[in-house]
Amino acid sequence: MTIDVTPMETPTRPHLISMPEPSRENGPQLGQLVPKAEIKDLRFYYGGYEALKGINLTLHDKRVTAFIGPSGCGKSTLLRILNRIYQLYPDQRATGQVLVDGQDILDPKQDLNLLRARIGMVFQKPTPFPMSIYDNIAFGIRLYERLGPRQLDERVEEALRRAALWDEVKDKLRESGLSLSGGQQQRLCIARAVAVKPEILLLDEPASALDPISTQRIEELISELKSDYCIAIVTHNMQQAARSSDYTAFMYLGQLIEFDSTENIFTHPKERQTEDYITGRFG
Amino acid sequence: MDSLLYGRRRATNFIVLSLSFAATAAGLLVLFLILWSLLRNGVPALGADIFTQNTPPPGSRGGLLNAIYGSLVMTTVATLIGTPVGILCGTFLAEFSRSSRLAMAVRFINDILLSAPSIVIGLFVYVVMVVPMGHFSAWAGSVALAIIVIPVVVRTSENMLSLVPASLREAAFALGTPQWKVVIFVVYRAALQGMLTGVLLAVARIAGETAPLLFTALNNQFWSTDMNNSMANLPVVIFQFALSPYADWQQLAWGGALLITLSILSLNIIARLLASWSSFGK
Repeated sequence: MTIDVTPMETPTRPHLISMPEPSRENGPQLGQLVPKAEIKDLRFYYGGYEALKGINLTLHDKRVTAFIGPSGCGKSTLLRILNRIYQLYPDQRATGQVLVDGQDILDPKQDLNLLRARIGMVFQKPTPFPMSIYDNIAFGIRLYERLGPRQLDERVEEALRRAALWDEVKDKLRESGLSLSGGQQQRLCIARAVAVKPEILLLDEPASALDPISTQRIEELISELKSDYCIAIVTHNMQQAARSSDYTAFMYLGQLIEFDSTENIFTHPKERQTEDYITGRFG
Repeated sequence: MDSLLYGRRRATNFIVLSLSFAATAAGLLVLFLILWSLLRNGVPALGADIFTQNTPPPGSRGGLLNAIYGSLVMTTVATLIGTPVGILCGTFLAEFSRSSRLAMAVRFINDILLSAPSIVIGLFVYVVMVVPMGHFSAWAGSVALAIIVIPVVVRTSENMLSLVPASLREAAFALGTPQWKVVIFVVYRAALQGMLTGVLLAVARIAGETAPLLFTALNNQFWSTDMNNSMANLPVVIFQFALSPYADWQQLAWGGALLITLSILSLNIIARLLASWSSFGK
């Protein structure tokens, strides 16, 4: 296909994303596709304002789905529905269905704590708890499992290793989580989310507050974690979406404009708006 | 730029700045005058006697031991009663019912209680405790002081809990943590220093209160550890001794005043230090 090349409007915005090598082993074209979460006619309201206007899409197990779109398009809102964290705020509500393994999690009878234990979330800003590095990880594990000290130590180490943080913190596990650098804190939060062995991992712009090196480590982490989890990531960084996801959803003004494999979205977008956005012509 | 306009702005700036400095200086001057007169009159009264002897009859040797003890005991008991109530109420307002009607009402009433004249609180406790019991008591004094502690702690703990970023709560909830665990293990930890500061400020506030004790614990010339009996305490001793015609009593009153001031001052300094070590808000 051809895309007419116009001069870049701002030097910081990628003109057309250079597509990385599609990951052949884990790519959507190979391997068994298992739907994990099916979102049906999902609408969301902040008070009277409709922030999501009927979203339909499916998240697959052991795949990474990236959500891109300009600020305020509803991508973070969508993520916040999947673990019903929005329900902490009384004026927010969602309608429609979100079927996780066939079960509607928007059902008012759904136990929220059990749901959130199954669906982990990492936020934009690192949010270490005001306790030791060890306790930051052990906190979540202790909530739903009774483990002996030995087993708990193992689980904490395993989570920190998965988040590529173990070597940096193994000698100071008793120090405060707040003593770590920003990138380390964010990896600590990922380790904390992974430690409870969730089924779905929601990442809300996990690298937007981090420097390039930390960002790279987090992206490596995502590609490693996807062998076990269904991952949904919201990002403002299109290279990041292109590099680390299998599927990409482009959202605009509360609507899902296009949803396809990442390769298709970044090389043959079907919608004009998608193309304009990824080429940096608006947004 | 119009130089006339610029000159006028500079002049205005100078005048306002000077007025601010003058106001600050006036405020500080009063504080230093108080401290100075306290030190000048109080230091000569301080000696070993003040910590080892009970309040004397006029003309004999004595100290303030029973009053110091009474103040410590009643302040401690009041803090022990008032702090849990205040923190629980602050938690209710900040964590469980931020914008309900009940919360608004509680907040409003708490603000009234916060500024209630302490003599009214003393009279209230006199009516509900001293009159039915038939005598003054240290318990009544402690309760009156606790009623002063509660609104201060409610206010500071609610404020400190509200300062804990919502993102921290969300992160804790996102792990599937039940709300009570979120509050106790995450939010309280984050707000701990701030809440302790609030408690210390409340202690500083009641350490020098006279009016609520006048009607409740009254005073006691003798050594007494009986909470059901009237109990000596520094503020009321200062009140009585300072008004007396006896020079040695007046001297002791100055010593007591200096003691109270120094302890409140150090409580405030500790509270400041605690607050500055606060782990969040960076």
